[in-house]
Amino acid sequence: MDVTLKVWRQDGPDAPGRFETIQVPDVSEHMSLLEMLDVVNDRLTVAGEEPIAFDSDCREGICGMCGMMVNGHAHGPQQGTATCQLHMRKFKDGDTITIEPWRAEAFPVVRDLVVDRSPFDRIIEAGGYISVRTGAPRDANIQLVPKPAADWSMDAAACIGCGACVAACPNGAAQLFTAAKIAHLNLLPQGQPERWQRVEAMVDEMEKYFGSCTNHGECEEACPKSISLDFIALMNRDYIKAKFKNRRLAAQRG
Amino acid sequence: MITLESHVPDGPIQEKWTKHRFDIKLVNPANKRKFKIIVVGTGLAGASAAATFGELGYNVEVFTFHDSPRRAHSIAAQGGINAAKNYPNDGDSIFRLFYDTVKGGDYRSREANVYRLAEVSNEIIDQCVAQGVPFAREYGGLLANRSFGGALVSRTFYARGQTGQQLLLGAYQALLRQVHEGKVKLHTRKDVLDLVTHEGRAVGIVVRDLLTGELTSHSAHAVVLATGGYANVYYLSTNAMNSNATAIWRAHRRGAAFANPCFVQIHPTCIPQSEEFQSKLTLMSESLRNDGRIWVPKDPNDTRPPQQIPEEDRDYYLERRYPAFGNLVPRDVASRAAKQMIDEGRGVGPLKNGVYLDFSDAIARLGKQAIEERYGNLFEMYERITDENPYEVPMRIYPAPHYTMGGLWVDYDLQSTVPGLFVLGEANFSDHGANRLGASALMQGLADGYFVIPYTIGNYLAPMLGTQPLPTDHEAFVRTEADVMARIRHVLEVDGSRSAAWFHKELGKIMIQHVGMARSEEGLTEAISQIRALRDEFHRDMKVLGTNESFNQALANALRVWDFFELAELMAIDALHRRESCGGHFRLESQTEDGEALRDDEHFSYVAAWEFKDVGDWELHKEPLEFEYVALSQRSYK
Ligand SMILES: Cc1cc2nc3c(=O)[nH]c(=O)nc-3n(C[C@H](O)[C@H](O)[C@H](O)COP(=O)(O)OP(=O)(O)OC[C@H]3O[C@@H](n4cnc5c(N)ncnc54)[C@H](O)[C@@H]3O)c2cc1C
Ligand code: SF4
Ligand code: FES
Repeated sequence: MDVTLKVWRQDGPDAPGRFETIQVPDVSEHMSLLEMLDVVNDRLTVAGEEPIAFDSDCREGICGMCGMMVNGHAHGPQQGTATCQLHMRKFKDGDTITIEPWRAEAFPVVRDLVVDRSPFDRIIEAGGYISVRTGAPRDANIQLVPKPAADWSMDAAACIGCGACVAACPNGAAQLFTAAKIAHLNLLPQGQPERWQRVEAMVDEMEKYFGSCTNHGECEEACPKSISLDFIALMNRDYIKAKFKNRRLAAQRG
Repeated sequence: MITLESHVPDGPIQEKWTKHRFDIKLVNPANKRKFKIIVVGTGLAGASAAATFGELGYNVEVFTFHDSPRRAHSIAAQGGINAAKNYPNDGDSIFRLFYDTVKGGDYRSREANVYRLAEVSNEIIDQCVAQGVPFAREYGGLLANRSFGGALVSRTFYARGQTGQQLLLGAYQALLRQVHEGKVKLHTRKDVLDLVTHEGRAVGIVVRDLLTGELTSHSAHAVVLATGGYANVYYLSTNAMNSNATAIWRAHRRGAAFANPCFVQIHPTCIPQSEEFQSKLTLMSESLRNDGRIWVPKDPNDTRPPQQIPEEDRDYYLERRYPAFGNLVPRDVASRAAKQMIDEGRGVGPLKNGVYLDFSDAIARLGKQAIEERYGNLFEMYERITDENPYEVPMRIYPAPHYTMGGLWVDYDLQSTVPGLFVLGEANFSDHGANRLGASALMQGLADGYFVIPYTIGNYLAPMLGTQPLPTDHEAFVRTEADVMARIRHVLEVDGSRSAAWFHKELGKIMIQHVGMARSEEGLTEAISQIRALRDEFHRDMKVLGTNESFNQALANALRVWDFFELAELMAIDALHRRESCGGHFRLESQTEDGEALRDDEHFSYVAAWEFKDVGDWELHKEPLEFEYVALSQRSYK
């Protein structure tokens, strides 16, 4: 099949960007979208033009490195799919495909389709862990974890940190990511001792970078791992409780 | 001149590690912060090491070329992680895990290291659970286990199909806790392009900022490489696109011996290549072999769709040849058998490059729902990629390069032949011999990072108390930076006609054909001359556009391909010299009458550690392997 690519080109963080139109003949429907871009890049290089910069690594939907807006959808139109798992058979001969980087204030463009998602790491640094030292723990089976808790925690832990939720959100909010990260730990017995500090610290850190949530729900639609909005509700509830509890704890320490 | 001293402690194998830990020099807690350690890599091995060093109070700097530590290739591991917990009470023990690993590695690993790995395996699970890794659980709340990769006991812990991601998140979170506390400094999107040595010791690294192209030098008391494996030398592999050999290769060029480079694991259950443009091969978890049956048509010219081929016209070749293990033979055996079928022209699929993995019997026996519960996400992944529904049509699978058992040579302390340079995880050669068992790479990465290096590095550091790291304006750094700059300039100046990726792909074809699943004197000799010729062409004809001073992915890639070309030659040389078959290394000249791998313990029971002299010129050193606890025997799965 033949397709027309309208792709965002931007030489650097401060350079102005533009759409470039590239004709791509002879695309196989078995290619992934990123393999199609590989082919385009090879052709561009041979023709003496700089290839299109885009991030990817595992190419099987787990590392969270890839991600772009495809025809206005974060990771493309297919539900529950990262960009690297999107195949050309989902498009038709003659289609025009528009590709842009994540658009979010907190994720500045590095080049072309590559953005800087490091604020996600800052949120984890603020409290996205359980504070145990290497070598200190006791036998893993001493503490029983009810299967539903483990399963629910696992549902949240499936987040791959790709940032599609932020890109899809009209406000550029990171609630879904942050909520998933908090829920992963807060739903487990091991996570209880730091539960309240964790939620407060992570939410406060998030607010330094990202917009606020107005319950559009676009994030869940865009998420390649179908992370549920329920986790946001859980986070909000815990956050309010935490504000109260942490203040009380501080007063006791006072 | 390199000497290989394994530094394995004396005493019975069960006591070596305990005794050694006692003998290791301790660094006073107040002095730890005076020691600076560089860690390269944030996969399971690197992240766990850096986090633990930070907790202990060392002054740590950690580097990754990824944009976040969480993206390291470890994230992609699906199946699980082994430990000798014996929770299912099915007869497992540290000794059995040790025994299975030595035997599975076809007797080409160091017994003492493997024993230690088995010994610390249990602590890994404790550690990960405490960190909040959501492992699968039974209804009573206990941890669940399964059997994996043909093991006769259920010792594998798992987290849905995302064990690697969950373990890495645990280590990444521990690492970021230390970053938050100011104990570890994190450098992302930094490509480590060379090791700096001075008076024969590792003193630092040269780093290129992938965003700006800026080169900087960093010095430390010790350098730890945890940069992963090199299976991407084949271009098409199950590894992530950016996995590469540069850090270990450059360290090799600076004096670190490279051990058993030809030991590569080719994994039997991957989705076959569909066309020329393909960028990587996708692994389908080995657990599929628990319920799927592997077959090809008896008649190479059979063009019927698989469902219409009756039982009597199918050849379930693994069940036929290995009645005891059937479809669950080890990876190397399953891979080789598939290759034989395809070489006989009995491959299936449009390119005749696959074999069937058929679930129809299992579905008939257990019901579709049971199969969906076990493998639903894998079936979905398969359908997404191939557009075929494996509930109705048998899957097509084919072996793909997956894991590299070879790597930088290390002693019992995980120190390379360059003092002060330590190597962890898939980047070293240590524990898997000539073939790795399923679910044991994650175990090794975390064992090295959490439980081995934090102790063993003390032996090297303690005597250095009071010394400062070499200043980075020292000549050793200036010279190395200039070397790196010269490489960058060369890549940009060639201005030939083909991308580096194109050359990489061509290199991969040579490697898979001649240094893949079946190797021969003739093929390997041919490979060496083809690699050399293509490498010359690469240096004359590559085309890399743009500048150094920008985010330039093609430039970063070309530097990696350069190193793959040199490593490829050493792999072929190593494979040529080892005139025996063992594990994943199959020499056509060394097989039994019925076509099984034939080891030659009399001549090859050693680790081959190569010293770099020049490209095309390596000197072989041998570390003899002795087996005191696991009797040498020819593996048999019949
Ligand atoms: C698809 C797949 C599935 C697997 N499944 C399993 C399984 O179920 N069980 C199991 O036990 N094993 C499995 N393995 C193997 C296992 O995942 C790996 O062997 C292991 O994760 C390697 O970990 P590592 O820490 O050594 O390296 P990696 O995770 O590869 O990390 C390497 C790190 O080094 C950094 N790095 C590398 N070079 C440089 C450089 N020059 N400069 C800066 N940074 C650099 C990278 O950025 C990265 O952070 C699987 C492998 C694959 C490919
Ligand atoms: S919540 Fe979903 S969309 Fe957001 S970062 Fe995680 S995986 Fe990506
Ligand atoms: S490249 Fe890893 S998720 Fe897409």
